[in-house]
Amino acid sequence: MSRLIIRPPGRFNLPRWRELWDAREVLYRFGIRDIVLRYRQTAIGVAWVILQPLMSAGIFSIVFGGVAKLPSGGVPYFVFSFAGMLAWNAFNNVVNRASTSLVANQALVSKVFFPRLLVPLSAVISVILDFAVALVMFVILLIIFGINPGWPVLLTPVWLLLTLMLACGIGVAASAITVKYRDVTYLLPWVLQILLYATPIAYALDAVPQQIRWVFDINPLTWLMEFVRWSTLGQEAPPLWQLIALPVSAIVVFFGGILIFQRYERGFADVI
Amino acid sequence: MRDTAITVEHLTKSYRIVDGASHTNRVSEAVMERMRHPLRRSRYTTFSAIDDVSFDIPWGEAVGIIGRNGAGKSTLLKLLTRVAAPTSGLIDLGGRVGSLLEVGTGFHPELTGRENIYLNGSLLGMTRREIKRRFDDIVEFSGVAKFLDTQVKRYSSGMYVRLAFSVAAHLETEILAIDEVLAVGDAEFQAKSLAMMREVAQSGRTVLYVSHQAQTVTSLCTSAMFLEQGRLSYYGDVDGALTRYRDTFESFQVAQREASNRPGTGALRLTRVAVTEQTQDPIDDTVIEFEVGGNRAVVGKYFVSCHINDADGNTIVQCDSRSTGAWFDPSETQRGALSIKALWLKPGRYTVDMFVCQSGIFDVWEGADVFEVLPSSPYPELASDDAMSHGVVLADFQYGVES
Repeated sequence: MSRLIIRPPGRFNLPRWRELWDAREVLYRFGIRDIVLRYRQTAIGVAWVILQPLMSAGIFSIVFGGVAKLPSGGVPYFVFSFAGMLAWNAFNNVVNRASTSLVANQALVSKVFFPRLLVPLSAVISVILDFAVALVMFVILLIIFGINPGWPVLLTPVWLLLTLMLACGIGVAASAITVKYRDVTYLLPWVLQILLYATPIAYALDAVPQQIRWVFDINPLTWLMEFVRWSTLGQEAPPLWQLIALPVSAIVVFFGGILIFQRYERGFADVI
Repeated sequence: MRDTAITVEHLTKSYRIVDGASHTNRVSEAVMERMRHPLRRSRYTTFSAIDDVSFDIPWGEAVGIIGRNGAGKSTLLKLLTRVAAPTSGLIDLGGRVGSLLEVGTGFHPELTGRENIYLNGSLLGMTRREIKRRFDDIVEFSGVAKFLDTQVKRYSSGMYVRLAFSVAAHLETEILAIDEVLAVGDAEFQAKSLAMMREVAQSGRTVLYVSHQAQTVTSLCTSAMFLEQGRLSYYGDVDGALTRYRDTFESFQVAQREASNRPGTGALRLTRVAVTEQTQDPIDDTVIEFEVGGNRAVVGKYFVSCHINDADGNTIVQCDSRSTGAWFDPSETQRGALSIKALWLKPGRYTVDMFVCQSGIFDVWEGADVFEVLPSSPYPELASDDAMSHGVVLADFQYGVES
């Protein structure tokens, strides 16, 4: 039998991957718990999963498509914004749910040992469920409006994976910092709100004035949105360099987030 | 490679307590502080909860960890179960460690019993297959089979605790750490739990048991360690540890006389606790006088509580002023006396703990005073020693015969 040796943690310590894998049941159970808790004691239950993306895309259609008449690249505005919201909601929800998860589970963190990284990561499970439901509705919308995106649609899972990696990186780091500084709880929703409007989700990238176009060009979420709309709505393909830059930034953010988490992790039980 | 269950070398866990008001939990304040004093390092006082502790625990041992409040018992257990990280030193574990640190952590009230078994089991380190295999045992042991699909929030507190304990008790880890969970549930369940613990130790696994209660340590453990201010002052057989526990009482008592050494918020402090009769007979009334300083800043009345403990630290009686409806006014110094009628204590040394509380705890004075019960029998007849050797207290009893 192998022995486990515990020493004081260093500044940079990678998670023990083996241990994370052995405890994967925790991830699954946390995910299930979140889903069950969200919809038990609600009158219409799982119908919320369907209503939420419809409502947000609907409001966007009225405000930005109807009132502000923002361009949507030749696709009906409702479908256009729905595609953007699909990716944005996945990102936004993972960041939000992950960032508050450690503090919400502080009783556990200070009393039982298990790989703490699983707490924020488990946010992914319930988000994937939401995403799957919204995706089905999106496919129905595409059929109704007769939009055929062609073969790039097969890349959709890749975009989902990259979205989740970006979101997890940020969410995991935020959850760890929140343990020490609760400011993150106030700061993060505000940053996300700005990001929502600073990313071409409610409008097409063409509508952005040339002078500030560079701000959009350096935002990985812009690349992501463009790829999502390319592969689901058949819109124009983004430049090739973004195809490399997007996965690279997703990997950097993901592992960077984990490193930050590990850095704070050693003090959790003492601070929380 | 070692072949011990647990080896610990020079283990230290220290906490840094920031001096003065420079402590901050806000980013903005932390940044401002840095800008104002870019060169100054925050001044810390280092407090070692565990201080250079080393030991080896062989397989199949049930080790009791005893010590007074704040001696580092719980911290040691947290380090061994990996909840907290050590500051320096090394812990070498021969197998998986399961912990029963607090029953029911990880239980969610909105989930059903079944869902909670899976959630809790996985948190404690079981794989899905292990939980499935032990599921029926867990349910049977807990005795809540009928309510398995009811939300836990509708459980009685007894059912809740039983289910939580059952999950933890069915952990199949090589090392099991327990922090005084046996004090839960009804007497029958406690007995069941104790038997279970004993079985665990006999099956060659290793049990660590933290306790204030000397009795359970004696009945459950094969060896014991005694911690004193973060240091391991004794590790060996149970009797030795208990002797050490008794011997160190005096120095502890002296330290506690200084209010700043005592736990509690300190808004109100006991200034005097004294037993009027330092030596008494079992049938005597016990009178304890006390004095609590006033503090106008404290709003609302407070209550006091007094524990009388035997030499091994078992609490024999708790006299809480709430039980008799006595509440005290914090705006001025209060002098009072607690009198307990005929306690029928067995001969021996007893210690008095006094607590001052409201919603929080103001003062905890352990070992505030000591008194001796003389070895005189209160019974009318002289009998051999074994007629009095069992039981915790004596009693005013009578046998009647129906003719």
